[in-house]
Amino acid sequence: MSPWLPILMAVPVLGAIVVALLPKGSDKLAKQVTLVVSLVVLALTIVMATQFRTGGPRFQFQAAYDWIPSFGVKFGVGVDGIALVLIALSAVLVPIVVLASWHDADGTQSADGTLITPKRSVKTYFSLLLVLEAMMIGVFAATDVFLFYVFFEAMLIPMYFMIGSYGGAQRSYAAVKFLLYSLFGGLLMLVAVIALYVVAGKGTFMYPELIGVIKDPATQKWLFGGFFIAFAIKAPLWPVHTWLPDAAAQAPAGAAVLLVGVLDKVGTFGMLRFCLELFPDAAKAFTTPIVVLAVISIIYGAIVAIGQTDMKRLIAYTSISHFGFIVMGVFAMSQVAQSGAALYMVNHGFSTGALFLAAGFLIARRGSPYIADYGGVQKVAPLLAGFFLIAGLAGLSLPGLSSFVSEFMVMIGTYSSTAFGAGALTVAAVISAVAVILAAVYILWMVQRTLHGPTAEPVKAFKDLNAREIVVLAPLVALIIGFGFFPKPLLDVINPAVTQTLVNVQVDNPAIAEKGAGQ
Amino acid sequence: MESPVEIVQHTTGGMIGASWLMIAFPLLGAAILLVLGRMTNRWGHLLGVAMSLASFVVAVLAFLELIGLPAEQRRQAVHLYEFIPGMVDMGLLVDPLSISFCLLITGVGSLIHIYSIGYMSHDPDRRRFFSYLNLFVSAMLLLVLADNYVGLFIGWEGVGLASYLLIGFWYFKPSAAVAAKKAFVVNRVGDLGLLVGMFVIITTFHTLTFSDLGKAIAANPPSGGAVTAIGLLLLLGACGKSAQLPLQSWLLDAMEGPTPVSALIHAATMVTAGVYLVVRSGAFFFPEGSPQALAVAIVGAATLLAGAIIGTAKDDIKKGLAGSTMSQIGYMMLGAAFGPVGYTFAIGHLITHGFFKADLFLGAGSVMHGMNDEVDMRKYGGLRKAMPITFATFFIGYLAIIGFPMLSGYFTKDGIIETAIEHNQVLGWLAVLGAGVTGFYMSRMVFMTFFGQKRWADDAHPHESPLVMTVPLMVLSLGALVLGAYLVLSNRLYEFLTPAVGAAEEAPHFAFTSVPGLATLALVAIGAAFAWYKYGRAEVPSVQPRGSFLTTFARRDLYGDALNESLFMRPGQWLTRIAVYFDNRGVDGLVNGLAAGIGGSSGRLRRLQTGFARTYALSILFGAALLAGALLLVGNI
Repeated sequence: MSPWLPILMAVPVLGAIVVALLPKGSDKLAKQVTLVVSLVVLALTIVMATQFRTGGPRFQFQAAYDWIPSFGVKFGVGVDGIALVLIALSAVLVPIVVLASWHDADGTQSADGTLITPKRSVKTYFSLLLVLEAMMIGVFAATDVFLFYVFFEAMLIPMYFMIGSYGGAQRSYAAVKFLLYSLFGGLLMLVAVIALYVVAGKGTFMYPELIGVIKDPATQKWLFGGFFIAFAIKAPLWPVHTWLPDAAAQAPAGAAVLLVGVLDKVGTFGMLRFCLELFPDAAKAFTTPIVVLAVISIIYGAIVAIGQTDMKRLIAYTSISHFGFIVMGVFAMSQVAQSGAALYMVNHGFSTGALFLAAGFLIARRGSPYIADYGGVQKVAPLLAGFFLIAGLAGLSLPGLSSFVSEFMVMIGTYSSTAFGAGALTVAAVISAVAVILAAVYILWMVQRTLHGPTAEPVKAFKDLNAREIVVLAPLVALIIGFGFFPKPLLDVINPAVTQTLVNVQVDNPAIAEKGAGQ
Repeated sequence: MESPVEIVQHTTGGMIGASWLMIAFPLLGAAILLVLGRMTNRWGHLLGVAMSLASFVVAVLAFLELIGLPAEQRRQAVHLYEFIPGMVDMGLLVDPLSISFCLLITGVGSLIHIYSIGYMSHDPDRRRFFSYLNLFVSAMLLLVLADNYVGLFIGWEGVGLASYLLIGFWYFKPSAAVAAKKAFVVNRVGDLGLLVGMFVIITTFHTLTFSDLGKAIAANPPSGGAVTAIGLLLLLGACGKSAQLPLQSWLLDAMEGPTPVSALIHAATMVTAGVYLVVRSGAFFFPEGSPQALAVAIVGAATLLAGAIIGTAKDDIKKGLAGSTMSQIGYMMLGAAFGPVGYTFAIGHLITHGFFKADLFLGAGSVMHGMNDEVDMRKYGGLRKAMPITFATFFIGYLAIIGFPMLSGYFTKDGIIETAIEHNQVLGWLAVLGAGVTGFYMSRMVFMTFFGQKRWADDAHPHESPLVMTVPLMVLSLGALVLGAYLVLSNRLYEFLTPAVGAAEEAPHFAFTSVPGLATLALVAIGAAFAWYKYGRAEVPSVQPRGSFLTTFARRDLYGDALNESLFMRPGQWLTRIAVYFDNRGVDGLVNGLAAGIGGSSGRLRRLQTGFARTYALSILFGAALLAGALLLVGNI
């Protein structure tokens, strides 16, 4: 029994309680406490990650406590390499989001004095953030399928309030849409989870004990469907994507970062962890249609992104395109593609996080999310413009930045996959590659209209980034560039977990490259 | 034909082992200038120059070390680190081909850095300019030094980024911002080719590293189909970066950047990356006589004519030179289609062109500097007396590019023409024709700028540029004078490159009195005489005349933009609009209508205001049903 993961979850929960109990009028203190707590979690995560042995057993830092003994439900946690990097991603993003959201609950006004968001309770916002952090760690750490389900659903609650109470003009519409979509998916998953328990007949929800238990192909397909649709809504995949642009556009920038950067990854993480290994035959049978949906997401998301007039909606649609890549990589069933997909989940968190935050800083200065309201920002705020450009370049997967490595791995791993339906995968990879052109269009057109050209009149009053804002963006940019040239530390952790997944799915997994080929 | 020598792993230190410093110096320079920002305004340009020079010194030392080795050891791979575990390691390949590029990039690059101190002295953002120049040099060096396609691709896109930043350097001008974006997007079309090319390479040969690729191909000679596919995909990439048909349209707009950028990036170095890619991959994927090699030749021949024709009609001196760049790179591509001898002349022309075209561009910049940034040659005239040094150096560059006997361009261009005619009569003679057109448009440029009547604007007071600008011009024109003879006579370049690109059955022999050579000279003379008749002898109108249909065709860049607009841009815009409409109204809207019908609510259902809980419940159901349907339909077959 390792105490690491329970401690990682307990610290933010305790922090949230402390923040909530602070006396009225101590807004600043609440922010400071939240920041310190999130930094402690980050420090603990880093120390824990250094203890992870890449050659060791798949699940490490395991712990399990009885929770509902009559059904064999346990509070079981443990991480493999993929879960570890996603927990690390969450731990990195939360303190950044805390700093970025410093004034988000203070209420915002547009340039002409109209109120966009009213002043709301600061304490509540920041304690919700910490609760959310605990749940994000929990959902990736859960090794009990029922526990995973509980976190999967419970995460909705803090996010619902963060959007619904602290968001933009149409926040309640967006929040309800988000909640309904997610609840529907969750419901399907609940049915599948219970059915899994009953059919398996092992009296436990512990994930490692359920691998390879369901043998009947028809049962596999039904259960797979329940999990997959829930995850497809979460990710989200075309055609169940329409909640994301609304939610991301209405959420405060910080919440949007966690929503798109981490919460949505639960969907793709779930596909890789649960859909594949619990129901391998179904996963293989469904590969082709799912890859088709993924390719549609990639191209469709990119094309619709080009046509957006609202920056945050644009970024949301680019994410739909990127999630398509992740799903394609997961179902291409090759080592390179799946490692690329897992790495993509992390890198996308950094790049989209940076893009949402930089856009958020722009919007905070002008009070408008519309691209047409900007122009010539580079002249008055060169630092902000520079960060926005780098984040954008990460969004278009410029080689040398981290997102390129993962996108390249997904595409090349899909193209060269020798799994069933390899012909379809080859075609899928080539079609998806067209997105590199579309990505250049949606990012650079936005950059041109916001940063370049003559400086628009209301933009002239812009102040450049302040110290807090630089501290928010600089670490993300450092990570984007660092992992762009040196992705090995992440891949070394991810690769063994992917290898194990492919063994459990029983896929022939030849190496893509041979050192000294042809000798 | 002989294959290139085997690549050996570098074991000792030395300058070759430290060749990564070439990339690191300018990268460090760019990082310092960008991170420290305004704090470096006073000395930023000096740091930029110093970093570029440091890189040049490393290149020279590595070159000396390399030629100190016996020929069969002149391909040294330097392992750097594990990049993507299980797929590719990062490493550098120092061989005659890459080191030739390194010398050109850092040498000409440093001269352009120095020149820019003067040229950009009045620009408040000079420091930012130098940071981008440093970034460019660094990325270009990675492109040519990488020992694998992934590293090459990182450099490839890095120079694309630097080019984007530099074309859009004056970002507040909408035309510059649009041109920058256009360059990047058009280049990405080419990148798609290179990207998919890499997919096919690794799937077929299980490696992306040059040294392993050579062994893999030798062990299992692949089928022609896969190699042809790879060759054509790489050619698409080359067309994007080197502004070859059909991806040429961005280069003319790229002249929105400051003139030294046009000299460094859009003439001397970056645009030659496509030629590098073809030559580097030549031994693997472009065997002589293969369909993909023929495609390279056709693209080259078509572009060399198209660029030259565009050059004849431009009144903007920079756009005229841009057309000429397209055309000259067309020559290099044509040469690169024909095995080791062709490679030699292609690379030779690439090097001499690097000198004389940088000389011409910087000369044009010097003219603009003295003429209040005027670019219209119809407002020039008679400038040779006002700027004698600029005139003299420009004139040498001019003689070199038209292939005046004994100057640089004469040897390398003629080499390409002779090689081409040997392999393919039609394309070869087209190249002869192109040389004649070059004689015309370059003479036209010289006559309109330096000779004839003064047609200056009232406030123009042309003056010679400062030494910091004219000394680089002198050095470059010296290269334009002698470099061709040095490289080509006694086959120096051919023998130097052989370990990297392989040897031909018969070494090239430069003939001074061949039929194609004499025909070329005759056509060039006719072109120049015609230009004198139209622009030297006669007075040049200071307002552009209407011109015939053909003139308009050339002025509009052969309608390349119009074609792109009607084929890609407009359909693309419509597709985007339809997709956005469908996304807002389609998926959600269909369900809204359904809900209105079922719920019996009267009037139009406004999606933002009423009943969204119910409608969205339905909308989710609809989407989920679609998903489930797709799974069941396809999955169960």
